[in-house]
Amino acid sequence: MDGFGAILADAIGLILSGDPDLAEIIGLSLRVTLSAVALACAIGLPLGAVVGAFRFPGRTVLTVVLNALMGLPPVVVGLMVYLMLSASGPLGVLGLLYTPTAMIIAQTILVTPIVAALTKQVVEDMHAEYAEQFVSLGVGPAGRVMALLWDARYSLLTVALAGFGRAVAEVGAVIIVGGNINHVTRVMTTTIALETSKGNLQLALALGVVLLSIALTVNAAVMALRASAVRAAYA
Amino acid sequence: MHDVALELIDDSGQTRPADSRAGTILEARGLSFDAGGQRLIDDVTLPIRQGRRTVLLGPNGAGKSLLLRLLHGLIAPSEGAVLWRGRPLDRTARRAQAMVFQRPVLLRRSVLANIRFALGARGMRGAERRARAAEALETARLTDLARRPARVLSGGEQQRLALVRALACEPEILLLDEPTSSLDPASTHAIEDLINAANARGVSVLLITHDLGQARRMGDDLVFLHGGRVAETGDLRQCLRTPQSEPLRAWLDGRLHFDQATS
Repeated sequence: MDGFGAILADAIGLILSGDPDLAEIIGLSLRVTLSAVALACAIGLPLGAVVGAFRFPGRTVLTVVLNALMGLPPVVVGLMVYLMLSASGPLGVLGLLYTPTAMIIAQTILVTPIVAALTKQVVEDMHAEYAEQFVSLGVGPAGRVMALLWDARYSLLTVALAGFGRAVAEVGAVIIVGGNINHVTRVMTTTIALETSKGNLQLALALGVVLLSIALTVNAAVMALRASAVRAAYA
Repeated sequence: MHDVALELIDDSGQTRPADSRAGTILEARGLSFDAGGQRLIDDVTLPIRQGRRTVLLGPNGAGKSLLLRLLHGLIAPSEGAVLWRGRPLDRTARRAQAMVFQRPVLLRRSVLANIRFALGARGMRGAERRARAAEALETARLTDLARRPARVLSGGEQQRLALVRALACEPEILLLDEPTSSLDPASTHAIEDLINAANARGVSVLLITHDLGQARRMGDDLVFLHGGRVAETGDLRQCLRTPQSEPLRAWLDGRLHFDQATS
């Protein structure tokens, strides 16, 4: 226990010292994660809204696929993206392998089904309430999707949060397509894995503390926003 | 029994049979609707006349709300057709109608944004939309609440908002499904004033109510529905004074509360 306490004290000291390497890793982690979540929301929110609001052939199959993809194994996604981006792959010419962009692509693939499937559920419930009013007002399909996404915005923050949680904690896919290269593709999770294996527990634990702090802060902020929206009857 | 052909009151105050097609704005022709192996609306043929206030009465389960939804094109009939000015009701024709539901469906936005959304759905933009929305708020005496979330309004305010949102779209007919069923007398009075003002501007009204007093205040024509069929129709005052059908007599006597035929 003394050993753990000492390591924790060293880790907190490292955070407070403003270590530039640590800051670089945290910065890249946030950049990759937030970019992936933004892309996943750009794809998943309208996709989920369309599946939730409309009846069309193949809707049930699409729903099953989206739900199944929520549990995609990250290493499998990493492997697939690796094969696509490797020199012999169809997108190898882009030279994206072992870059933050490759990591963003992998995380986007992982997070999009989560965002889409959860959005579908939120929008489906809201559409059941709005459907007849939309028809009565003569709202077109695009107008419906936009209205549902806007009116569900506070609930969808929670959806985005679920995607953020998945992305920020992800290690398997990003280590395969990013390569964990120092000062290039090294993010918090891959550094924790590496430094733990090397026995550098202070840095690993310091990153773990930062990761937990980010997750708690983002969750608290979103929950507070949603609670205020509920009080104002917007949610 | 008063037949499906409506009656008009002439200048001397006497009733006379009306040509069922004359001045018809909305019409159900042989309309039937089946669900769960039951026929809930059964061969309803009904002209709704332009500029009139038609009250749809009947016991619970008679199919009043269902008929209103069919007439508005929210659901498709199993048989028959809904005609708008003699032509099949389509999406364009539905834009000439507006419906207010028993429980107002308000978006999770401000009062003003609710009206702006409805106007936007009709293709209205910019200054015209702002002016029309402001006018609607003024009409409903909701201007002071324009920025407030619509869902925190009182029941009466919510229903007023739903009504002026519908009226802001300048419909030719207003379809109202028990709009005052859960409101206090003051709120009911405010809603009735708005409906009457719209009717005075030429908007036809088709109103479902369970309130006989409201029916007398608000109705010109009566349609009494029983078991998914039109049991009686005609001039409202005459029908209520001398009901010709047994279902309407029973309902007025308080012997018919729930429609067994569709339960």
